[in-house]
Amino acid sequence: MVAQWFAGEGESFRLLGTRCARCAAVHFPREDDFCRNPGCGGRELVEVALSRRGRVWSYTDGRYRPPEPYVSDPELPWEPYTLIAVELEAERMVVLGQGAPGVTVADLEVGMEVEVVSGVLHEDADTVWTTWHWRPVGVTA
Amino acid sequence: MTGEVAVLGAGMHPWGKWGRGFVAYGTVAARAALADAGVDWRDVGSVVGADTVRGGYPGYVAGATFAKALGWQGARVASVYAACASGAQAIATARAQLLAGLADVVLVVGADAAPKGFFRPAGGDRPDDPDWLRFRVLGATNPAYFALYARRRMAVHGDTLEDFAQVKVKNAALGALNPHARYRKAVSADEVAASTVVADPLRLLDICATSDGAAALVLSTMDFARRHGVADPVRIRAVSTVTPTYPNTVLDLPDIATDSAAAVPPGERTFRASIAHAAYEEAGIGPDDLSLAEVYDLSTALELQWYEDLGLCGEGEGAKLLRDGTTSLGGRIPVNTSGGLASFGEAVPAQAIAQVCELTWQLRGEAGGRQVAGARVGLTANQGLFGHGSSVIAVR
Repeated sequence: MVAQWFAGEGESFRLLGTRCARCAAVHFPREDDFCRNPGCGGRELVEVALSRRGRVWSYTDGRYRPPEPYVSDPELPWEPYTLIAVELEAERMVVLGQGAPGVTVADLEVGMEVEVVSGVLHEDADTVWTTWHWRPVGVTA
Repeated sequence: MTGEVAVLGAGMHPWGKWGRGFVAYGTVAARAALADAGVDWRDVGSVVGADTVRGGYPGYVAGATFAKALGWQGARVASVYAACASGAQAIATARAQLLAGLADVVLVVGADAAPKGFFRPAGGDRPDDPDWLRFRVLGATNPAYFALYARRRMAVHGDTLEDFAQVKVKNAALGALNPHARYRKAVSADEVAASTVVADPLRLLDICATSDGAAALVLSTMDFARRHGVADPVRIRAVSTVTPTYPNTVLDLPDIATDSAAAVPPGERTFRASIAHAAYEEAGIGPDDLSLAEVYDLSTALELQWYEDLGLCGEGEGAKLLRDGTTSLGGRIPVNTSGGLASFGEAVPAQAIAQVCELTWQLRGEAGGRQVAGARVGLTANQGLFGHGSSVIAVR
């Protein structure tokens, strides 16, 4: 669905962005054509793994089933998921992602350290759609 | 500073869920604005429509759709889309035509028939569309973003759920006085607290609904207004339609990540603050000159953020301004005297125009029970998906 936004397994799982070879600006989701820094406009964008850990900028959850194109089974009761916006220090940016399964808003605080882990967005008989999740550091599921 | 244009007429279709098409609503609002202005539709030189993209094909050609409904009369036409800022861009387009001498009188119309429930992107698989992506990859609805801002305010500034509820209490009390509003009854803090959580920490009554609705304005050159016998009209002095400045470091709808500040340090102002700043600069006034403001309260918490972004108070002081009554009717700077989106709900292409209708009625002294005594200067603030700013300053 979204190509080359993340890669790796287990401890080496990382979000992938691109970095401008001229000005060092980082882009996520990846930008492959032109650097978006208006003072640069560089065209050589190099794939880069983003920091594995960051700090919670803010968080919330979804108590109601989101509309399509989010995929969920209308036959099953809705299970709220968390959304966590995470500040990455080295990249100086905030990246949004779902919390790992089982992480609720009660487990989270602004400023808490979290790490990126691989997860499953949705699966059916034919396909498993993988994604990234944020998980508080020290929690294993 | 640029020249001023006159607001000769303002009109709305009442907001709610009426089960009709956006063309009908827009035509009612347009006819009301023309009647208010005392201008015959056949004397209008240009019509500018703010687009709805959920109305199917006609929505993409909003200006001509309204011109046809009012009766073809040969006017110049334009249609604009800027998500929630569409109405402001329609006003900006009309103003540019008037100041350039391309027309003497312009009709601006925005109308929508909103779907029930969450807003969602148009259908199909479109992974090159950031709005489609945030739903598909994250399930991130609009309230999820409102909640991220709200939680951040609680953590950084110490805002409380009670502060958020009091915004709803204030706006519902004002909406009860507005015949155009969808919700016309007072709401208590207990009712807000008892409503179900949509996206923690925000509850159903912290978040604006989706609505049908329409708003229209008749704008003219100052010369035309004088010839028309209106010596002292409400005047539009500034229209801000700015985009963000790189790096945009506040996570905004519909983005999955902010810009990186690794290569370029963030500027002096956030995007929201820059929207009002551009309007102040153009009008040659500052926050202390305002009599009232209409701001985009998608959520209660977001209204508090706007207080700071408009310069009504310092960073983190929004809740204090609310608590001490400064932004209530009778306070130094009443905010959302119309009742705001809390009382109207979202009818996307209409809402930035509706904000200017409220300023017009306030500056004329025609706002009835919600009138701000001696109102001379009003400001609107709004923000559209994909980096669209929107702010209008009107004076009398």
